[in-house]
Amino acid sequence: MKTTPLNQTHREMKAKMVDFGGWDMPLHYGSQLEEHHKVRTDAGMFDVSHMLAVDINGEAARSFLRHLVANNIDKLTQPGKALYTCMLNPEGGVIDDLIIYFLDETHFRMVVNAGTAEGDMEWILAQRDAMARGLEIVPRRDLAMIAVQGPDARAKVWRVIEGSQAVTENLKLFQAVLFDKYFIARTGYTGEDGFEIMLPSVDAADFWNALHAAGVAPAGLGARDTLRLEAGMNLYGQDMDQNTSPLESGLGWTVDMKTDRDFIGRKALMEAPVKRQLMGLILLDRGVLRSHQKVAMSPGKGGEEGEITSGGFSPTLDKSIALARLPLETAAGDEVHVIVRDKMLRAKVVKYPFVRNGKVLV
Amino acid sequence: MSIPNNLKYTKSHEWVRLEDDGTATIGITQHAQELLGDMVFVETPDTGRKLQQGEECAVVESVKAAADVYAPIAGEVIGANPDLEAAPEKINQDAYAAWLFKLKPVNIADLNNLLDAVAYQKLLESEH
Repeated sequence: MKTTPLNQTHREMKAKMVDFGGWDMPLHYGSQLEEHHKVRTDAGMFDVSHMLAVDINGEAARSFLRHLVANNIDKLTQPGKALYTCMLNPEGGVIDDLIIYFLDETHFRMVVNAGTAEGDMEWILAQRDAMARGLEIVPRRDLAMIAVQGPDARAKVWRVIEGSQAVTENLKLFQAVLFDKYFIARTGYTGEDGFEIMLPSVDAADFWNALHAAGVAPAGLGARDTLRLEAGMNLYGQDMDQNTSPLESGLGWTVDMKTDRDFIGRKALMEAPVKRQLMGLILLDRGVLRSHQKVAMSPGKGGEEGEITSGGFSPTLDKSIALARLPLETAAGDEVHVIVRDKMLRAKVVKYPFVRNGKVLV
Repeated sequence: MSIPNNLKYTKSHEWVRLEDDGTATIGITQHAQELLGDMVFVETPDTGRKLQQGEECAVVESVKAAADVYAPIAGEVIGANPDLEAAPEKINQDAYAAWLFKLKPVNIADLNNLLDAVAYQKLLESEH
């Protein structure tokens, strides 16, 4: 099994470890619920070193990315700015969702999902060989990644990294800066403020322990999933994959078709009619929504049934919530039925996110 | 992890306690709650329902997953724990106190087919 530079540290902290797509990762350190609340109200940290940073270096970097991904890299004009985007296959399906940081005109850095990293690399290298041979593509397994999230996250990071406050205090959302050995980005996957920090693997354990000493609670993949679900953020492999269109996965806002930019998958997206949409559900009856449960639509709201792509218990709402792919005719406020085992449970359709910055929005 | 001596166990990680009045109280084991993690929902069988041994009769759901609970012995349901609807986390706090439901056994001798604490301990060791 693959391990991150923090594997031993997690074990010392009594983490319950699980196999996450071939990676030995912490699920929780005692209570997933407590970790969730800690991130919503104070500060928690996640080891996300299983994700892969990939540097794209060379003169052709920008033109290569203009073609490679569905969002428009030309939105990045200031060094340090980041872009969330999908990388599509020619059929318009999602190969992966990723963040790209603009460092300078010859240096971009992308961060891709762990489970898709190998396939992504093959795909990116094949595209590079076809259109930008001189471009250097460098996977950075020498870096660790720690997400520090929560209303108090930034202040606690400032206490740990001496001198970092002055350079990161004015970072806007989706902006990053290199400071000493730390690449500090104001991004995250929880719906809270905070940083995602890359640093040399050899320094990861010391940094993690220093954050812990500063009052940042370790949090596992369990809390990461409930937090991102409340925040209405897609999870690759559940809410979208290589067979689903970003336009039917709540990711239309990341696909830029305003210009005639030719990106991989564009033609397919323009030809395929959009029939479904990703919407939020709140369970009205008792129970727990889970992925793959079927959704029965009310009469007159389309005969086709829907399906939950991500479901679970929301610790902040103290109710079960879900993201579901539903017919386009469905609107917020509709009541639908979710088939849970042998029962039909009532759920309300809502616009997500469910929670942002500690506040319930639904 | 201590496994109470006064209970019987199943391979599917339920526990059973025979009460003085001849009824049986059923819950899930400490090991089961540990595997599942934070509990958020419990569905218990209706009173009066007649269960076969091994029948799916309750569901416990944690933040992580849903798990079926099977009737350890045959019997008629005579009540469910009213505290768990509002506070399923009681199972995490003390799995042997937070019972799920009570049965009137068809045949008390069926309990003899279940695992005792020593045998259950062995089962857990073999699963590691």
